Amino acid sequence: MTHSVGIHIKGSASIAGKPLFDALDMTLKAGQWSCLLGPSGIGKTTILYLLADLADHVDFDGEISLDDGKPLLERVSYMAQTDLLMPWLSALDNTLIGQRLRKEPTDHQKAQNLLTQLGLQDHINSYPSAMSGGQRQRVALARTLMEEREIVLLDEPFSALDAGTRADMQALSARWLKGKTVLHVTHDPAEAARLGQQIFLLQEDGLQQIKIPETPVVRAVDDPETLTCQGHLLRLLCGSSA
Amino acid sequence: MMFLIRSLAATSFIILAWQALVTLADLPHFILPSPLRVATTLWEMKSLIASHAMITTIEILLGLLIGTILGVLTAIQLAQSKLTRYIIKPVLVLTQALPVFALAPLFTLWLGYGMESKILVAVLIIYFPVASAFFDGLMQTPKGWLDLAKVMGATPFQRLWRVQIPAALPSFASGLRLAAVYAPIGAVIGEWVGASKGLGYLMLLANGRAKIDLMFAALLVLAVLTLILHYLVGKFCDWLVNKYQP
Ligand SMILES: Nc1ncnc2c1ncn2[C@@H]1O[C@H](COP(=O)(O)OP(=O)(O)OP(=O)(O)O)[C@@H](O)[C@H]1O
Ligand SMILES: [Mg+2]
Repeated sequence: MTHSVGIHIKGSASIAGKPLFDALDMTLKAGQWSCLLGPSGIGKTTILYLLADLADHVDFDGEISLDDGKPLLERVSYMAQTDLLMPWLSALDNTLIGQRLRKEPTDHQKAQNLLTQLGLQDHINSYPSAMSGGQRQRVALARTLMEEREIVLLDEPFSALDAGTRADMQALSARWLKGKTVLHVTHDPAEAARLGQQIFLLQEDGLQQIKIPETPVVRAVDDPETLTCQGHLLRLLCGSSA
Repeated sequence: MMFLIRSLAATSFIILAWQALVTLADLPHFILPSPLRVATTLWEMKSLIASHAMITTIEILLGLLIGTILGVLTAIQLAQSKLTRYIIKPVLVLTQALPVFALAPLFTLWLGYGMESKILVAVLIIYFPVASAFFDGLMQTPKGWLDLAKVMGATPFQRLWRVQIPAALPSFASGLRLAAVYAPIGAVIGEWVGASKGLGYLMLLANGRAKIDLMFAALLVLAVLTLILHYLVGKFCDWLVNKYQP
């Protein structure tokens, strides 16, 4: 496994004069899976944009730094909240798009293997228009997992999946991304309780870090400690939708 | 198939109405020849008409090809750099502000009575719709895809080739459809201004000699050529859009 890197993000952000978060201070530990929860519109996606260097529209006053002091450039892979599949490419070609865009040799074997593991063996040559929302989301996941980047940003990657598939995909992603520094935005407390090696909650009154269960990840869906953590998170999320 | 039947029905109706008009109003054939007369002329003069039609077809196709290639290259160039946009965009708009009709005599003066001047008129007429439609398409690439390409570390050429161009093909197709409408107009205008060959030339010639039936026959052939062109380009555009935006 390649060495992993920790990330520190500190500062405040506003979009078009509208303040978003203030004095944020968040540390993503190297090689750990961090989950970020919070009400809709609070700025979770914006944090991912900042980390992916896609935040031209955001006024960010602060600093993003990595443990090794090197820049973020070309070290991040990012799965956006929408699948962003290209309608003119098959599932396989969508999965290979990163390598093609960089003009690297394409690894068909790996892409096919990934798609198969994601349960898409019958859709390897299908076009996005012929796939369901959940299938499309899994192609987008495959495309993200293809990238060999140290830092992985996931924006609600499992939101369109049924509960069973979701649990499978969580385990599979955790396996593929082991040792990478992951920031996973989710609305699902159960998901965070199951996967998080760090759990953050972003709300109107700022960012807080939640105590995680002692059980190592990926935690069993019915592990009592996980369920307690899930309940705790849900309680904190209740009534925060202002 | 339905389309073919409807077209045939409409055509038959027009021919009948035309014949009725000539018969009922008792129009002299040098004002409006009857369809039968036009058909007879078309048959009798088929090799003459065909040779002129061939010239016009070549002008149209070459004009379409060159105009489209130039339009595509311009659009890509413009989409690549702000600087070129700054410099070339006004030139592009200027070529549109000048009516090409007005330039046609100049082209004939410079390039002579041959095909070149007609092709140039067609090229100029086609160039702008293709360039501007394709350019708009390239500039409207959804931001999410550009973001994805950026995060993935795409080379500029690969981003253009694998994201922007495919995403812009539907816009390109609508520009090309327009170009197919304009191309025959360009070629015929070029011929009217000064030529020794082509359907436009033949029409003027026939008109000048009061051979209205020949003029109608040439017009008819031009119409058929134009329809075939629309049909083929339309099919190609449908294919393009379906392939890239299914
Ligand atoms: N390009 C933009 N221009 C203006 N405002 C924006 C823009 N992008 C986001 N915002 C605003 O910034 C705020 C935070 O958006 P963000 O997408 O980060 O929320 P989020 O926490 O990811 O929400 P969700 O859970 O619904 O995805 C929202 O109020 C949104 O309206
Ligand atoms: Mg979001």
